[in-house]
Amino acid sequence: MIMGQEYAFMRHALAAGTAIGAVSAAVGYFVTLRRQAFAAHALSHVGFTGAAGAILLGLNPYVGLFAITFLAALGLAWSGQRLSERDVSVGMILMFALGLGVLFLNLYTANATAAMSILFGSIVAVTIGQAWLSVGVAIAVMVLLAAIVRPLLYMSLNEEAAAGRGVPIKLLNAVFLGLLAVTVAIAVPVIGALLIFALLVGPPAAAQLLSKNVLTGILLAAGLGVSETWAGMGCSYYFGYPASTWIASLSFFVYLGATFVGPWRERWDDGSSSPKKAA
Amino acid sequence: MTPSPVIVGADLACELGGKLIFSQLDLHIPRGSFVGIFGPNGAGKTSLFRILLGLIPLQGGTLQILDSDLHAARTQIGYVSQSEPKEAEGRLSVAAFVGAAWRGERWGFSWRPQALNQAVRSALELINAAHLASRPLQSLSGGQRQRARIAQALVNPARILLLDEPLNNLDPRSQQQLLHSAKALAQEKGLTVLMTGHDINPLLPYMDYVVYMANGKGRMGTINDLLTTPLLSEIYGTPVTVSEQNGILCIRVGDGFSPETICHCHEPGAQP
Repeated sequence: MIMGQEYAFMRHALAAGTAIGAVSAAVGYFVTLRRQAFAAHALSHVGFTGAAGAILLGLNPYVGLFAITFLAALGLAWSGQRLSERDVSVGMILMFALGLGVLFLNLYTANATAAMSILFGSIVAVTIGQAWLSVGVAIAVMVLLAAIVRPLLYMSLNEEAAAGRGVPIKLLNAVFLGLLAVTVAIAVPVIGALLIFALLVGPPAAAQLLSKNVLTGILLAAGLGVSETWAGMGCSYYFGYPASTWIASLSFFVYLGATFVGPWRERWDDGSSSPKKAA
Repeated sequence: MTPSPVIVGADLACELGGKLIFSQLDLHIPRGSFVGIFGPNGAGKTSLFRILLGLIPLQGGTLQILDSDLHAARTQIGYVSQSEPKEAEGRLSVAAFVGAAWRGERWGFSWRPQALNQAVRSALELINAAHLASRPLQSLSGGQRQRARIAQALVNPARILLLDEPLNNLDPRSQQQLLHSAKALAQEKGLTVLMTGHDINPLLPYMDYVVYMANGKGRMGTINDLLTTPLLSEIYGTPVTVSEQNGILCIRVGDGFSPETICHCHEPGAQP
């Protein structure tokens, strides 16, 4: 048996980790392309507040996670189109949400472990229900992302030209933020609100350094996301320490490696001696 | 015989946030012409482009583009905005960047990679940038990057090309190369090219028509018709002197220094 697959909790963790690793990286490709990393960061923290609030009310933390991140995404979509406007809106929502999160933790001190798992993730605590939910949501997000991929890519690179050709910019922005919100909601219990970038930004950023093509970049990002999740779980299983720590560390070192390999690959493709050749 | 017009505007007016940007602008732009649009910041140059693209509503006047309904006509417009490339975008190859716009308004994946590759190749060849296809955007010079952006604007069939200040931050040689390519698109491919800018000098040998916008007004004409003391004085609402010294055309606005308007020099009749 590989990596403790004889244990049900490991099978659940592997299923959830695979789905979340792939979908986070695929959505994350557009997060980095659209410079929405701050929005992703904020949504994960808002998700923490939602989960903490749900625990306080005696509800399933997932209910709070999904409800609050989705509402926050809609709020961000409504708040402004321009990046500068959005950054301020994101900051305001983040500040308010974190303030509430601290309050909820203060009011509910009986279960500190639950709060810690929201902040730092606990993939081995994933139940079979959560694993199915993660897989189902990941498939739905992937299908929707595939449906909007062309106009989303077009508007990410040239928003005004895309608008001129009839791409519904506001609607598409809202849909993408909605997809980001539900991706964050399924990823937070696995990787944690504080380490969400390990799956949402690390793999796509590395893939963008290694691939100059959009489709191969998305596929590579998804592959890296899954590989890092599995490797992180494997390291945790064999060497101890939290899986989130391993996943975040692997994400960092893979990105670091890509910053070295990327220019070399570029140079190889160009057949020149300088990776930054400019005529 | 003058080619048929592709853009006809009468008494066009534009407002943004309740503030009048320009009014009383008449346009009559023939097919295959190269039009330079000038004026100080806030005069409405980019707003005019956004009106043509349908991104902001026209507050007055009538507009006809390509003799068809505006919605259909706007799909025939290629647009290069002023925006700077993002970090992640810079890592894409030129081919990927250009291809991202191909039928970009359609939903779902494209299952026709050959058609996409052909469209990208054709667009790059139009602007003499086929050799850049595999290069990452971030490795390009400013002029090459602008060519990639123009190719992206042309990857879908276009009959009108809008270039919003494409010469910014380019050295004189790159400016000339880009202008030469844009003029070739107009002359050889019949594309109608509209280009905004602040410095009229580099464009003088290439332009068929000039649009000057200032003080809430705009006027279109040929270089010789428009670049006259009375007309420019009327447009700017301040005394403007257009003079010819040693065969060089000079435009002087007021007494103060204004980089985009002071002393535009042109040798009348000069050709590219």
